[in-house]
Order: sequence, then structure tokens, then C-alpha cells
Amino acid sequence: MTTRDFEPVGRGGPFRPLSSTAVWRLASFVLVFGAWEFAGRVPISPAFPTFGATMAALFQMTLDGSMGRAYLSTLQPLLIGLLISGVFGILAGVAMGLSRLFEFFVAPVFIVLQAAPVAALIPLITFIYGIGLTAKVIAVCILAAPVIVLNSYKAVRNASPSLIEMCRAFQGSRVQVIAKIILPDASPLIFAGLRLGIAAGFIGVVLAELLITPTGIGDLITYHRSVADYAEMYAAIFSIVAFAAITVSSLQKLETMVFRPEKKEG
Amino acid sequence: MSISGATDPVETATKPDGIVQARGISKTYDGGIQALEGIDLGFPKGELTTLLGPSGCGKTTLLKIIAGLLEPSAGTIIVNGRAVTGPGPERAFVFQDFALMPWASVLRNVAFGLELRGMSRHERHAIARSYIAKVGLAGFEERYPHELSGGMRQRVGLARALAVDAEVLLMDEPFSAVDEQTRRKFQEDLLHLIQSENKTFIFVTHSIEEAVYVSDQVVLLTPRPGAVSRVIRTGLDHGGSPEELRRNKRYLDMVEEIWQMLREYLV
Ligand SMILES: Nc1ncnc2c1ncn2[C@@H]1O[C@H](COP(=O)(O)OP(=O)(O)OP(=O)(O)O)[C@@H](O)[C@H]1O
Ligand SMILES: [Mg+2]
Repeated sequence: MTTRDFEPVGRGGPFRPLSSTAVWRLASFVLVFGAWEFAGRVPISPAFPTFGATMAALFQMTLDGSMGRAYLSTLQPLLIGLLISGVFGILAGVAMGLSRLFEFFVAPVFIVLQAAPVAALIPLITFIYGIGLTAKVIAVCILAAPVIVLNSYKAVRNASPSLIEMCRAFQGSRVQVIAKIILPDASPLIFAGLRLGIAAGFIGVVLAELLITPTGIGDLITYHRSVADYAEMYAAIFSIVAFAAITVSSLQKLETMVFRPEKKEG
Repeated sequence: MSISGATDPVETATKPDGIVQARGISKTYDGGIQALEGIDLGFPKGELTTLLGPSGCGKTTLLKIIAGLLEPSAGTIIVNGRAVTGPGPERAFVFQDFALMPWASVLRNVAFGLELRGMSRHERHAIARSYIAKVGLAGFEERYPHELSGGMRQRVGLARALAVDAEVLLMDEPFSAVDEQTRRKFQEDLLHLIQSENKTFIFVTHSIEEAVYVSDQVVLLTPRPGAVSRVIRTGLDHGGSPEELRRNKRYLDMVEEIWQMLREYLV
């Protein structure tokens, strides 16, 4: 047999100028920030600062340490909550995907949670758990866990039947089928769930900081609004949005690197 | 109807020393669709047997039952004198849809059967490399399935089945996803392989020409529920040149004869 007539699908050539996606991304940033600057200069509202003023405030707040302190206190419930939701969420989702019994008992809880307007539950959390760290961690979990659980569950349930059959045909044990086929096959969807969960966790922690007790970023937003320092308020909002976006997209890179080597190039 | 497992009435139609034997295999799926009824067959060692029949007659079902992936509703499969209860090391499957792991390189895919057996990385990779070369994919070890053409993927599936060194290879329409030229090349390669590997092949196809071209024995199945309609021994010399074989009068007659038989079912 020969395969001379087949050429593998090409990889990038020796020259890699800025890829076209990077150019488009840059262009869209320029467009959005430009529009922001323009709207701030009109101004569309006295409470709407320009992009430049916001960046200056961001710089100032970073220098004087108030941004750093805020993040230190916001990240604490966020990280704890995400860690709990990530570990237990994936475990619960995978278990639901593998066992009908587990699915029957656990799935409805998360389906309801995902549909519920969770902000409405936050006063209830305060009522039970007070206004401390626990309440904030729970707020993060309530927002982050359902999407993590449900994605993991669907990912496992939809793992390729043909690959599972292949593994069985080569005498793979149940454990091998799960470890070598189901989990790798499900990992892109599980990670998509994790990314959505982290995004939801950011919402949860900011909501908690705005609704329970003002601390961290929530405190910066509330405080600067109350004294009409709108540039500072927007700087706080901008920083948390950017922080969330960067976290989520680095996770995507990490995922491709670790789990799906075939998607690394191109 | 019932065919007792103790005596094998149809066994006489094929060699009694079949390495794989189907005894009274019936299969009714949940939901009541009966796919197979009373299949009695022997698959002689070292030969290629083709299952041929109209679409939906239960060829895949029979192959999966032989593989131990599906349980028959009645009857038993005997391999090397022992009843099949599940997949075993003496049987390997080549899947119609390739069933390659997209996240694994060609090398890992081909070595996968050995990986599942717990063979060391070094050892299994050495074996996998030799079979990758054998199916003509040398140099593609580190590629991923999406970088390969359909024909190349099928070769990976074939190499994976060969690598576990099973005595019986079960192939479900392995060439249906490739174009006609590639298909012809594959058929010729397959004949070489049969000659060099001394394995038993059970092969499902839709193509009468392909069936006669590659087989020692062709099993015709009736429409659903599939039952054995006829077992034909081709008696062709597969060792000669492909051109000779394709022009052989016996080959052409047999293709015509089988076509006439299958035609009855198409009305
Ligand atoms: N999992 C299943 N559940 C219920 N019915 C099934 C299942 N798999 C197959 N069948 C039915 O059993 C019959 C035989 O199916 P099978 O796939 O074995 O046919 P086949 O001969 O391989 O067909 P083809 O030539 O089209 O591949 C078909 O009528 C099909 O609808
Ligand atoms: Mg089929």
C-alpha cells in the first residue's frame, strides 16, 4: 500500500504574521472603546465618564492599592465558591451521566436551580447564613454549580456510543471505558460548562457584594457611586469584567493544551 | 420454529471445523423488531466469509453478536470451541464509521487495543508502528484522525484490529466510506493481507462484486428477519493477479448468479 497521493492537511507555514482573528479582535476592541470615548464626550449622561477618564481612574486606583485590596477580598469567596462548584459540580454531573439512579434523584434540583432567578434567593441565604464569607460562597455556588453540573451531565450522557462500543470490543473494562473514552470525549463540554460556571460565579460574587454586605469590588462600585465618582465606579466595573473575560479565555487555552492536543494547531 | 443446539442441520453446508460457529442465533430488539432468525453458520479457519443481504436484514446485528457486543435472544456463538459471552482477545472489530478517538494520534489509536490490555508503552508502540507501516501509513504516526482522508482513517481502524493479533477479524462494511478507486485498491490489499496473516475474516458488504472478489464463502441472508438463504463457496483462486480474477469467467458467472438470487428479495 502507498499513501504518497495523500498529503496531510497543512499546518501553518514558516511565516506567521498576526493571524486574521487577532486583527479582527483588535479592531473590535478599538471600535468599542472608541464608541465609549465618543459617548462619554457627548456626553450621553453626566454619570457616564469617557474611556480615557475611566482608564486614568483605573490606573490611579491600582497605584493607591484600593483595587488590590478590593480584589483580595472579592477573590476569596469567588475562589472558594468556584473550587467547590467545580469539583463537586463535575463529580455530580459525571455521576448523573453515568448512573440513571443518581440522575433521577439529583438532576431535578439543578434544573430548577438553573431556571430560578437566583438573585431572589440571596436574601434567603443572608437570612440563614448571615452576612459573612459563607453567605457569599453560597451565592457563588448557587450561580456557578447548576451550569457546571448540567453540562458535565449532558457531556457524559452524549459521549460517543460508537467509541464506547469500540472500547468494549477491545475488551475495555467499565473503568477503562470511563477513563479513556467517556471523560476525554466529554471534556470539551465539561470545560465549556466550567467556563460558563466561572462567568456565573463572577456574577454571584458581585451580586453578593452588592446585596449582602459591600466588600471588595462591590464596595468600590457602591462607594464611588454614592460619592458620584463615576470614573472610579466604571473603572471598578471595567476591571471585574476584564478580569472575568481573561480568566475564562485562559481556561479555554489551558483546556486545549491539556486535553485536546489535536486542536492545538490551526 | 426451533433449531436444537445439539445437532447442527445446516452445519453440513459449511466446513464443520469452523473456528467461529453460529448456532441457532435469533435476535429480537427491545421494541419487538426481529432482526435475525435461526442463523446456523460455520466460518472456516483462515478463510474470508462475506455476509451479503438486503439492507436492514441484520448483517451488522449478526456481526456484533459474534463480536460479543450484543446478546442474542436465542442461540450461541462458539469460537474455538468455547461459547461467547462477551468480547474476547481472539476477535477484533473493524468499524464502519472507523470509531477512532479524535483526541489521540494515529499511533495511540492503533495501539489502543494493546493499551487496554496493559501492555507497556514501549512495547505497544513498537507493535503499532509495524502495523501502521503494514497498512501503508508509515510517517503518519503522530497525525490526528481529522488530518487524514476517509480511506486513511479506515486503514488506521484496520491496523488497530490487526495490532491485537486476533485470530478472527470482523469487518462491517469497511470500504463503504471510500471512493471506488480506493476501494479496489483496498480489496487487493485485503487479499494480500489474508494471504500473509492467516487470519479468519468475517466481512459485511453490500457489493456483490466485492463479496465474490474477496471471499472464499458468501453467505446470502434473506430480508428481515435475516435467515441464511444460501451459502456459496466461490472456489476462486485469490492468489493470482487481480486483473485475472476480475476477468475470470467463474467470477463473472458467480456475480451474476448471486445477483439473480438477491433480485427475488427486491420486489
Ligand atoms: N438498536 C436497535 N434497536 C432496535 N432495532 C434495531 C437496532 N439496531 C438495528 N435494528 C433493526 O434491526 C434490523 C437489522 O439491522 P442491522 O443494522 O443489523 O441491518 P444491516 O443488515 O446491517 O443493514 P445495512 O445493510 O443497512 O447496514 C433493522 O431492521 C434495524 O431497523
Ligand atoms: Mg449494517
